[in-house]
Amino acid sequence: MAAPRKGENWELRQQLNSEYREKRADAIKRVIANHTIGKDCSGLFPDVVKNMQTEDLEQKKLVYLYLMNYAKTQPELVILAVNTFVKDTADPNPLVRALAIRTMSVLRAEKILDYLASPLSRCLKDENPYVRKTAALCVAKVFDLKPELCVEYGFIETLRDLIGDGNPMVVANAVTALADIHEASQTVSPSDPDSPEGSTPPPTSQPSPQLLIIDQPTLAKLLVALNECSEWGRIAVLSTLARYKAVDVQEAEHICERVMPQFQHANAAVVLGAVKVIMIHIKQIQREDLLKSLTRKMAPPLVTLISSAPEIQWVALRNINLLLQKRPDILANEMRVFFCKYNDPPYVKVEKLDIMIRLANANNVETLLGELKEYASEVDVDFVRKAVRAIGQTAIKIEEAAERCVGVLMELIETRVSYVVQEAVIVIKDIFRKYPHSYEGVIPVLCSNLEELDEPEAKASLIWIIGEYAEKIENADELLGTFLESFKEESYPVQLQTLTAIVKLFLKKPDTAQGIVQRVLQAATKDCDSPDVRDRAYIYWRLLSSDPAAAKAVVLSVRPPISLPQTTVAPAILEELLGEISSLASVYHKPAATFIGKGRLGADEIGRQAVEPEDETREKALQTVVAGQQAENLLDFDADDSAPDERRRSLADGLISNQTIASVAKSSNPLDELMDLFSSPNLSAPTANPAQLMPSVPSLMPTSNNNNGPMTSPTPQIVTGGKAEDDLLGLF
Amino acid sequence: MISAFFIFNQKGEVLTSRLFRTDVKRSISDVFRIQVISNADVRSPIITLGSTSFFHVRVGNVYLVAVTKCNASAALVFEFLYRFMSISKSYFGKLDEESVKNNFVLIYELLDEILDFGYPQNSETDTLKMYITTESIKSELAVREDSSKITIQATGATSWRRSDVKYRKNEAFVDVIETVNLMMSKEGTVLRADVDGQIMMRAYLSGTPECKFGLNDKLVLQKRGDSAPKSESAVELDDCQFHQCVRLGRFDSDRSISFIPPDGEFELMRYRSTTNINLPFRLQTHVVEPTKSKVEYTIHLRAAYDPKLSANNVVLRIPTPLNTTMVNTKVGIGKAKYVPAENIIIWKIPRIQGAQEAILTADADLAQTTHRQAWSRPPIEVDFSVVMFTASGLLVRFLKVFEKSGYQSVKWVRYLSKANGTYQIRFL
Repeated sequence: MAAPRKGENWELRQQLNSEYREKRADAIKRVIANHTIGKDCSGLFPDVVKNMQTEDLEQKKLVYLYLMNYAKTQPELVILAVNTFVKDTADPNPLVRALAIRTMSVLRAEKILDYLASPLSRCLKDENPYVRKTAALCVAKVFDLKPELCVEYGFIETLRDLIGDGNPMVVANAVTALADIHEASQTVSPSDPDSPEGSTPPPTSQPSPQLLIIDQPTLAKLLVALNECSEWGRIAVLSTLARYKAVDVQEAEHICERVMPQFQHANAAVVLGAVKVIMIHIKQIQREDLLKSLTRKMAPPLVTLISSAPEIQWVALRNINLLLQKRPDILANEMRVFFCKYNDPPYVKVEKLDIMIRLANANNVETLLGELKEYASEVDVDFVRKAVRAIGQTAIKIEEAAERCVGVLMELIETRVSYVVQEAVIVIKDIFRKYPHSYEGVIPVLCSNLEELDEPEAKASLIWIIGEYAEKIENADELLGTFLESFKEESYPVQLQTLTAIVKLFLKKPDTAQGIVQRVLQAATKDCDSPDVRDRAYIYWRLLSSDPAAAKAVVLSVRPPISLPQTTVAPAILEELLGEISSLASVYHKPAATFIGKGRLGADEIGRQAVEPEDETREKALQTVVAGQQAENLLDFDADDSAPDERRRSLADGLISNQTIASVAKSSNPLDELMDLFSSPNLSAPTANPAQLMPSVPSLMPTSNNNNGPMTSPTPQIVTGGKAEDDLLGLF
Repeated sequence: MISAFFIFNQKGEVLTSRLFRTDVKRSISDVFRIQVISNADVRSPIITLGSTSFFHVRVGNVYLVAVTKCNASAALVFEFLYRFMSISKSYFGKLDEESVKNNFVLIYELLDEILDFGYPQNSETDTLKMYITTESIKSELAVREDSSKITIQATGATSWRRSDVKYRKNEAFVDVIETVNLMMSKEGTVLRADVDGQIMMRAYLSGTPECKFGLNDKLVLQKRGDSAPKSESAVELDDCQFHQCVRLGRFDSDRSISFIPPDGEFELMRYRSTTNINLPFRLQTHVVEPTKSKVEYTIHLRAAYDPKLSANNVVLRIPTPLNTTMVNTKVGIGKAKYVPAENIIIWKIPRIQGAQEAILTADADLAQTTHRQAWSRPPIEVDFSVVMFTASGLLVRFLKVFEKSGYQSVKWVRYLSKANGTYQIRFL
């Protein structure tokens, strides 16, 4: 092994072995620098390790840092360092003791671990709290590498004893370590008692149930430590308190009262951690005055979070959004603080917009509309569109304000900015669906903007409006005719709408529209390559030729008005997420299992969770992932339910025995199209989500396949499916 | 928890990388580079890919990135990143590519101390400076503490203070700094006016002093309705947050602010007030477009505070359309000039006395364009600092210091109201 006698590594080796301290120290720094920029420095291992024994703490730290990075690549040589490590763990200087034990436990080399046990048990009982708190976390590190070692030496029991330690920081770290181990032991082998590493003795594979027990004495200790430890310690203690189940109402009250002062902490994570604990324990509280004071005291700190750094603001806003779904009243009078600043980052603006809509009521709607109009004149296209959409949502939410909203929308259409006009058209269609026959006066203006529209959704919306009010629009056949001319080039949603609208026109004005309906049916059945469009055309054709009355009943049936959903997640999921305030799950509004762990929440995952007797509510929550998402995305299928049942039954010849089967069948069918559909109209999807986080549709697959056979007898299903899709198009 | 911590430069090169847990590899940094740094349209500070989440904060020309594999507390991770930022600033002045490169050893040392196994540990700069030292900081502290004392302090109930501080002259300085947020509509109605206050304290006090602090209100935290008639001088605070040295339990029970201060400078409390805000400046704008190629501005600024006080460094930023070619400005006091790069007129007034008024008139010539560019009409921003004035009306009533030895201490209080991009008036 004759290394070349030149090059940087050779030079470094010379320096590392130099007789001058300064030179050696300098060389170590250079090694670390090289490592940082990604150069491999593993060849210098023995030379660096020689410098481990030194009085200079800084140099020692650097050598340790080197060891952490390269111990794994040189398992044979690590043994050279063991002696110094063990000696350092008994150093009179507590900083050195802590440093040594901290480093030793992350080296990831089997050989070192064997030597670690006795220094670690010594350090766990060290007289110095700094060493104890460091050692506490080491137990979690060791558990990560070799769980059986922890069991063998009873480290976990020692940790549990440390919860009673006099030093708050030690308590916090002991709790943190236990929670970490608890988490780790659950992911190692939840279902299968033989853990992946064959050597693991049975006790380690099932320590989870008794790992982190919080009994009443522990609770008392934690509540004391909460007020004394550092901000990060407080977060750890708070998340432990969140896992505790209060035995009775008094205890829940006690916890809430003790946690409440933490609202005043300067650290946003502490504040949100306190909110989490309160949201969990508030369920048990019945005392009116306490409930009141809790919700009242929760509001100001939440508002204060809105003036923190943008990223923290965003986390807070996402969480506030969740809290408002559960308790819409907490921030009732605070809408103004959510007004967007001109220089807010886009992700913050979008969230603020969403919350403003949630807080809108008849009293503040004037101000809100003024703001929204202001936003609609900004330049960020995405934000402007959302602002326009928000105006529509306000109209749907507050009936008294609908007229004002329509007025504002008409003003915006006059600006003739293409994307504003298009968005406004889409939004007005929703308003028509909520308040049919109220604002027909605006239709001519909309129609005059026909030329401006180039996006499928906007076009489809306008066509829908024309079809719906065909009897009142004199030149409806002319307008629809223009769309029919370009029928082949249009996208499928527009084709579907054109088809339906012309059929509506025909049913309303049979004498004048005979020709046009013939042409559209021809075009849709002959020249169209989407099976959806073709099938719908065939159905219409058959309906029209065999039973025009039935056709009328289907195509012109009265739909119930839409409404703005109070929640964007299913109630059970909401409960679960409220228990995880400030976590990633609460930011994404998705249960953690959907984005961590083995990936998405598949059917077997749900099944497995369901079997686990651990927690019934959890089981329910996960089942409703499917149901909830369905309800959220396919909102409109339910809307159809309230249409006169008998009529539909006669049409369907009893083939649809269950409405949901039809809807599920639809959802499993053209998956890609559905994804498209949902990605744009879904109000709830956090804009910030990367594509990977759109798990709902794939996870629907297995269940729907079970319910639904092959697509036999498609006729009635597609009728409802098609109608629903026509509804879906514009809804959120 | 936090599995890895990286610092990237703008090109996506790794400046610092530290892995804290075994569940990620160094190569994960490539993923971040591809997904975030080289992606022009990033619309979220958190990116989750597969089961790995990247939290990032951009400061100047570097990215601070924390990586986690679990359902971590997002607030905690961002708080940590910001804390890292402030620690870095206090150690080496500023956080940018150059300073990260120059201080990489120190950064590794700090990271080792403030994060253990991905859990934040001690992030108090004062304590850290006792045992993580650089040449400049060493000389500042002069003496190196006995390490067992340091460790006790780093974990003790008052982790923020050494026990053996000594000063010949015991002094405490209190700075009340208020940032005024204003959003005014073009019609002149106040859409939003509130104050983010900060009470900074510099304590040079010997021993372990017990301080009590009082403000000119009963801290009407929960609006108690009419039961307590508010005296006129009382200020209503919507919310306050304290440094960790303040006993939150005491505050919750009897609204008293008591604490043992850290040595040196620290932020004692932050507060928010939304009622009865005294706006230091009033603005009347008259902006018209007589022709397609011209915009005329008349801006009338009035200082609405006491004539005895004065404001410094008043800067107005007045946006102009994007196709502006030339601007003629005329001002009574200060200087105004057009900055084409930013499409604004900057009007600087070094000093303006209370109750004084100033007027700017300007004509902007616009280029003839066939296609009119969308102009988002940003609001006018006013920056200022007014000394000895609080927009909320807050006053410090007392600061009492008790110490075993019973020494006398001198206290100083200063007030400052300022705005920095937060005082916005819409026009047009």
